[in-house]
Amino acid sequence: MALNRKIAYVDLATREIRTAPIPVEMRKLYLGGRGLDAYLLYNHLQADIEALGPANVLTVSAGLLTGTLASASARTHIGAKSPLTGVIGSSNMGGFFGPELRFAGFDHLVVKGKAAGPAYLWIHDGEIEIREADHLWGQDIPTTQELIWEELRDPEVKVLCIGVAGENLVRFANVMTGLKDAAGRTGMGAVMGSKNLKAIAVRGTMDLEIRFPERALEYNSRLIEQIGSTKFAQTMQKWGTMFIYGATNTTGLIRTRNFQLNQQVGGNIECEHIEEYSVGTAGCYGCIIHCRHKYLIKDGPFAGTYAEGPEYTSQGAFGTEVGCNNFETILIGNHLVNKYGLDTLETGSMIAWAMELYEKGILTDKDTDGLRLEWGNDEAVLEMVTRIAQRKGLGDILAEGPLRAAKRIGQDSLKYCIQVKGMSNLHSDERATPSLALGIATSTRGSDHLRSRPAIDLYHLPEPLLRKIYGGPKPYDGPLSSDYTSYVGKARMVQWQEMMYEAIDSTGICKYHTIFLSPNLIAFDELAQLIYYNTGLEFTPEEIWDIADRAYTLERLFNIREGRTRADDWLVDRYFDEPTPVGLPVVRGKCLDRVKFKQMLDEYYELHGWDEDGVPRPETLQRLGLDGEPSHKL
Amino acid sequence: MEMILAVDHAKCTGCRLCEQVCSVKHTGANSPSRSRIHIIKWPLEGFELPMLCQQCEEAPCIAVCPKDALSRDTMLGRVALDYDLCIGCKMCVMACPFGGMGIDSESRQVIKCDLCDGDPTCVRFCDPGALQFVPASSVNLRKKRDAGLRLSEVMRRSFATRR
Repeated sequence: MALNRKIAYVDLATREIRTAPIPVEMRKLYLGGRGLDAYLLYNHLQADIEALGPANVLTVSAGLLTGTLASASARTHIGAKSPLTGVIGSSNMGGFFGPELRFAGFDHLVVKGKAAGPAYLWIHDGEIEIREADHLWGQDIPTTQELIWEELRDPEVKVLCIGVAGENLVRFANVMTGLKDAAGRTGMGAVMGSKNLKAIAVRGTMDLEIRFPERALEYNSRLIEQIGSTKFAQTMQKWGTMFIYGATNTTGLIRTRNFQLNQQVGGNIECEHIEEYSVGTAGCYGCIIHCRHKYLIKDGPFAGTYAEGPEYTSQGAFGTEVGCNNFETILIGNHLVNKYGLDTLETGSMIAWAMELYEKGILTDKDTDGLRLEWGNDEAVLEMVTRIAQRKGLGDILAEGPLRAAKRIGQDSLKYCIQVKGMSNLHSDERATPSLALGIATSTRGSDHLRSRPAIDLYHLPEPLLRKIYGGPKPYDGPLSSDYTSYVGKARMVQWQEMMYEAIDSTGICKYHTIFLSPNLIAFDELAQLIYYNTGLEFTPEEIWDIADRAYTLERLFNIREGRTRADDWLVDRYFDEPTPVGLPVVRGKCLDRVKFKQMLDEYYELHGWDEDGVPRPETLQRLGLDGEPSHKL
Repeated sequence: MEMILAVDHAKCTGCRLCEQVCSVKHTGANSPSRSRIHIIKWPLEGFELPMLCQQCEEAPCIAVCPKDALSRDTMLGRVALDYDLCIGCKMCVMACPFGGMGIDSESRQVIKCDLCDGDPTCVRFCDPGALQFVPASSVNLRKKRDAGLRLSEVMRRSFATRR
């Protein structure tokens, strides 16, 4: 059954491989996926280790429901200490790898040490081998997978791998499977590169037993109907996440020219342009939303290239942030980052920051080797992507990520960089939206929109509906506000979304099926049902909240162990000092208020049971059973 | 009225939900290798094709079966498999040109699509409509309508410009 999958510990240095069952007790405490990952990282890592050294540990995890009859149960979670931020590294990906890992008999991999030379793991039906990968080193993402299919003589093998960016230890290199599915954030690809681990290949034919097959089928059918009937899913099926651009750009919620504007005027990168290039759409495992386009680049040096995506994120990375207004640049940029294995978000943000520094004269033609890093210079932007992946010239500096690059560039360069805890923001502008701002400030993995963003706050939903969502499953009777520019009750929204996303990342279901961008999707109640029908484990919605709370707090403890404090839950000064210059009247002229933001942060800590420094109180640790961590049970 | 499980590969998004529900329906477990349907993919080119038993009229599997375990079920429009007669010789697996006959790794029996006795689970779950269960008589008419729609768009455009 779904609960009999194992954990494997692989030491690349000694080549020792050990497997162990995962006790049901651990499932009840952490489910799996991201939740159990937090436990593994907290237990297997020491504080202050070098993230790109052999002491770091890489975890690869399937969620508790990955591969089961829970709609879009496609997800794989990757963790390590992040070489980008120095705090918890944690990244979640779709595709087909996670289910295949389970078919091969495993739920969690803990990879330690550094291989003597390039290596890859070959995992099949309960067996794990370490194989040499000299012939794969230097290959890009698609070619690596192709070579492994040929070598293993099985095109059904699912491969998770790094590209040249990971090999070159670019601190925001990602881990990929397929052409587009990426564990993008926090530099997990660099950790693989530092271990000489080029890829993990899996193939399995083992049954994943469903506890109550008939009921699971029936329930999944109902959920699919519910999900498919939402306007959100129907829009995603047509345009993917790029549809978001229309609303956020019109309103003025998009970072443009790094952080100078909050709207791209005369924008020419709307989602509808994909129609000229798309040859269809594709879905991850078991998903009816199929939010990615399959596209062909038409002109220029990449004419005829097949690629998949792009996401909203790439519209920012190769559009608004860098001042480019050409849809094809987004398509090419997206293709390049996916070929090299770079996080599209961090890549675009780093280039945008460099462009502002170039404009201000902090970077000069000497630093850029003559490359004119001017807003809207599409060719320069695409060239910088390659230079970052190959660590050439300025690319070598930017490859170090915000904090280290700012140190090398010097002057007051850091104050222009839009980052939290050393990780760049999405191209969203949160100056008019306190809830979204609090989310990126407090996210355990550094600035991020996928850890706690209450995106539905932007919809002006009526208060009774907000109460229905945010009032449970753990009771909350404090205030809630439909006004997204307000600070009232936003701490609760952020906390609620944190718990929701932690739970969903631990089950291996995609966030797009939960209350993220639509209020009509699944939440704690439905998760409880899905877990029961598929695994037989019984939880109340409140208990799932507690599990998420436990895992989230453990991520927090990880960061505290690395010396992070309340000061790290804060945004750069520009958020408080530079009002938004454009946008609809409701967002124009807005910046965050330090006093109110501080109050909101206090409120947020209080909701979590953390003290004013953001440290979990002893009674909180006791309530969550974390007072004995690390407990070394796995 | 004979029904046919019609595949429109252009609508397939490659999500493999059909494989998942097929195997759970027939075995109680999710196990793609035990599914009766498979999505064959060329992931680097973005092409996917659902493959399953074609329920042939002149079925090679029926022809080679030494025990008459396979037969034409005209009522449900399928090639039916009688496990009481089957000796597991796997000649049918060898004879099928499409890979429609498989072997269940657990039971060691040959397996094939049985159209879920007239209500195919895969069709029920295929949200994009790549799999459809339709009257045999209307299969080509439906295709004509789809093709006609694309053609009509071109024709209407050229008609509009001429006017």
